[in-house]
Amino acid sequence: MHEKSVARLIAGLREKSFSSVELTRCYLDRIEALDGQYNSYISVDQNSALAAAEAADRQLAAGDASPLTGIPVAHKDIFCTAGMRTSCGSRMLDNFVPPYDATLIRRFNEQGAVILGKTNMDEFAMGSSNESSYYGAARNPWDTDRVPGGSSGGSAAAVAAGLAPAATGTDTGGSIRQPAAFCGITGLKPTYGRVSRLGMIAFASSLDQAGPMAHSAEDCALLLNAMAGQDPLDSTSSDQATEDYTARLGDSLEGLRIGLPKEYFGEGLEAATGERVDAALKQLEALGATLVEVSLPNSHLTIPTYYVIAPAEASTNLSRFDGVRYGHRCADPVDLHDLYTRTREEGFGDEVKRRILVGTYALSAGYYDAYYKKAQQVRRLIKQDFMACFEQADVLAGPTTPGPAFALGAKSDDPVSMYLEDVYTLAVNLAGLPGMSVPAGFVDDKPVGLQLIGRHFDEARLLNVAHQYQLATDWHLRQSPAMTGGAS
Amino acid sequence: MQWETVIGLEVHLQLATHSKIFSGSPTTFGAEPNTQANAVDLGMPGMLPVLNEQAVRYAVMFGLGIEAEIGKRSVFDRKNYFYPDLPKGYQISQFQYPIVGRGHFEIQLEDGSTREIGITRAHLEEDAGKSLHEDFHGQSGIDLNRAGTPLLEIVSEPDIRSAAEAVAYLKALHSLVTYLGISDGNMAEGSMRCDINISLRPTGSDTLGTRAEIKNVNSFRFVEKAIHHEFERQADILEDGGKVVQETRLYDADRDETRSMRSKEVANDYRYFPEPDLLPVVIDDGYIEAIRSELPELPTDKRRRFMDQYGLGAYDAGVLVDNRELADYYEAVVAACGDAKIAANWVQVELLGQLNKNELEIGASPVSAEALGGLIQRILDNSISGKIAKQVFEAMWQGEGGADEIIEARGLKQVSDSGELEAMVDEVIAGSAAQVEQYLAADDAKRKKLVGYFVGQVMKLSKGQANPQMVNQLLAEKLK
Repeated sequence: MHEKSVARLIAGLREKSFSSVELTRCYLDRIEALDGQYNSYISVDQNSALAAAEAADRQLAAGDASPLTGIPVAHKDIFCTAGMRTSCGSRMLDNFVPPYDATLIRRFNEQGAVILGKTNMDEFAMGSSNESSYYGAARNPWDTDRVPGGSSGGSAAAVAAGLAPAATGTDTGGSIRQPAAFCGITGLKPTYGRVSRLGMIAFASSLDQAGPMAHSAEDCALLLNAMAGQDPLDSTSSDQATEDYTARLGDSLEGLRIGLPKEYFGEGLEAATGERVDAALKQLEALGATLVEVSLPNSHLTIPTYYVIAPAEASTNLSRFDGVRYGHRCADPVDLHDLYTRTREEGFGDEVKRRILVGTYALSAGYYDAYYKKAQQVRRLIKQDFMACFEQADVLAGPTTPGPAFALGAKSDDPVSMYLEDVYTLAVNLAGLPGMSVPAGFVDDKPVGLQLIGRHFDEARLLNVAHQYQLATDWHLRQSPAMTGGAS
Repeated sequence: MQWETVIGLEVHLQLATHSKIFSGSPTTFGAEPNTQANAVDLGMPGMLPVLNEQAVRYAVMFGLGIEAEIGKRSVFDRKNYFYPDLPKGYQISQFQYPIVGRGHFEIQLEDGSTREIGITRAHLEEDAGKSLHEDFHGQSGIDLNRAGTPLLEIVSEPDIRSAAEAVAYLKALHSLVTYLGISDGNMAEGSMRCDINISLRPTGSDTLGTRAEIKNVNSFRFVEKAIHHEFERQADILEDGGKVVQETRLYDADRDETRSMRSKEVANDYRYFPEPDLLPVVIDDGYIEAIRSELPELPTDKRRRFMDQYGLGAYDAGVLVDNRELADYYEAVVAACGDAKIAANWVQVELLGQLNKNELEIGASPVSAEALGGLIQRILDNSISGKIAKQVFEAMWQGEGGADEIIEARGLKQVSDSGELEAMVDEVIAGSAAQVEQYLAADDAKRKKLVGYFVGQVMKLSKGQANPQMVNQLLAEKLK
């Protein structure tokens, strides 16, 4: 059962090939048996999962089921779940049980989906390897000595290891796409504003966006249908109409113009990964698409721009974690200053502290114009570059990452080389565009991803391109050793 | 040396919205601690602000009330600092692009003269909670009921020159915002809180001195005292050849002194930047014009109209216009009696006297405007004298009924029957031979004084009900 796509599980539940309880039990058993090796989950609540599955089975029997009724889904531990710990990968929130659901969680619950558990992540979503998690690094199911990517590393690992059929993630600079690429799964970061941020613990408010992670584009479309839509409680969520994201999956790629940003194929891209990406592009050409070279001339400014804006926003988003109302509080504070400093010193890990410091500096009097304001100006240029590309192309394509998953510990002492991991993904967030990573082959048995970037709110087209590619290839069907081994 | 005081005021005005500026929690004053704070107000993880449209509307109303430029695209910013009663670690405020730009309005001083005071800007922001230091055994408690209450921070130009002008400014502001209905302006409950920026300079100089900011002064009287005190303090420093330090000071009402809170030289760096959780507030002309068309007549216009239409002096018009309900009451009295001047007198002297004595608001007056108008009519048609009218008013205040009822019941109707009066006048003349003699011997000027004796006697005889004009007339005839 754990090898099936969401699409087939939906069919199986309706054909009564298995019940939601059986399905949920299968995944819970696998998690219990195997997750010690992958550390992809932070919290699993078997009882509530099974209770939700029972309720789903009743709904299915009564014939008033929604598409995702009874489907188990793993959620990144950044989404608040009422009555269930939501740690955000941090000691700061190790004891935090929200009294409310994130809008995304509420939407899945209303569909009758089952919460399998909360997945591991880099602390406060700050990282590209999952190594900054307070709960220890998650492991890559293709090679447990390697990172699964981050920050949504637990979600990617869980799906790739067959510990969940699908998962949710968040992407501030590549946190869905990069782990999807490293773990050989399909991940979509929707347009900024497409999915509500309410109840999703903020890292960088103007960049954060939630999205689906699954085996296939079709599965991502099914999940996005449940997630997308305006939320009156999130002022930055868009009133742009949603659509059935599965409706256009079957469209032909004939006449599609795919832009290849030349900056994404230059120095820095590992040769073997580049070859896989080239092969994927040839495949798309064979499906009727035209390849055109385009340029993103301000690409070289992406990393510095991102690493001013994201930490600046993070530095103030994380101010609320002060030990006063919830979360970690240091023992026996002697005064207010002591309460603040020890609580935050103990509650936050190194990478979070680093970004708070950088962000605080960038916003300081006398530096604001030189850093934050300038970065916002460059951000506009980067967005304009993309808009110019979309005059020549319908979607853009390139590598998701410079290379495949790296070894645990390889970059954890070198923040800058870690930041370079996201060189191809960050700009998409700065421009607020939708982006996907699609499995495109292997380098030394390690998956690599093809990145697709679309116009604002053009998720359906991205999913269509990815789906057509997946009909013609089987990279997304390849199973990790974790998938084939272990329990049933 | 002669010093000139230069004052600018920052007023934090609580807007009278039902719910908070970024959440649906109620804003009622005086609830049990932390019963009016939801997850947004508590700054819980993942919670997001949603702007209350009513707060925007009120800010625009204020802007139109001071003839200001309305910010067509205003932006919320985060003002970052740590404090236990500031749940998110930042206050959502407006920094670079406020909703209300430069404006002005007129204040009226005690002597009836007016001055124009410039408003630099007014911006929307959220209030913080409160730290409570009692009953926590050496620890502090936090009440977040007030957190997220909408505030309009109104910043004046340094146009104010004295404590009296500062108080006049605050009264005019209070009057304006209550006319607009955007705030209850209740200083005791903190709906209007005032920070005073004050500096001195030699009279005649046009450069500004170094200022001190006095925080959170919460009554008209304290504003006056704090300014007087701060003037003395700064003048002493300057006259001793010292320099005023730019700093924030706190006014201690118990000790009547200001003391240093923190020096601006080590001031917080608030790291303002645009709030990414909210979109810019875009306001179009249609929205502004719709609000403008619904504005009530504002105090300054009403004062001018009262002077023109009712022939009132500036001071009287100012007193009557200060409070919108009082002004409405006054106009209703005029409508009922037809004499604006007598109505103004009665409202200001008798009615306000009773209201103040009983600590009542105009809305709670036991005598309605129509009833007071009815009483004044009886003076105008000579049914009763002004003196008797005061008795009748007293009885009306006690709830004994309308003017006519009381006049009738107590038999207070003025005696205007010439036969009856003549008899009384004759009786008095007959019994006052010495005074008559004295009167007849006197010249015109003295006679004017002496006639008072006879009038008094007739009034006494009539128990105050004789028509004084007719008595005078009869006396003049009989004492030739």
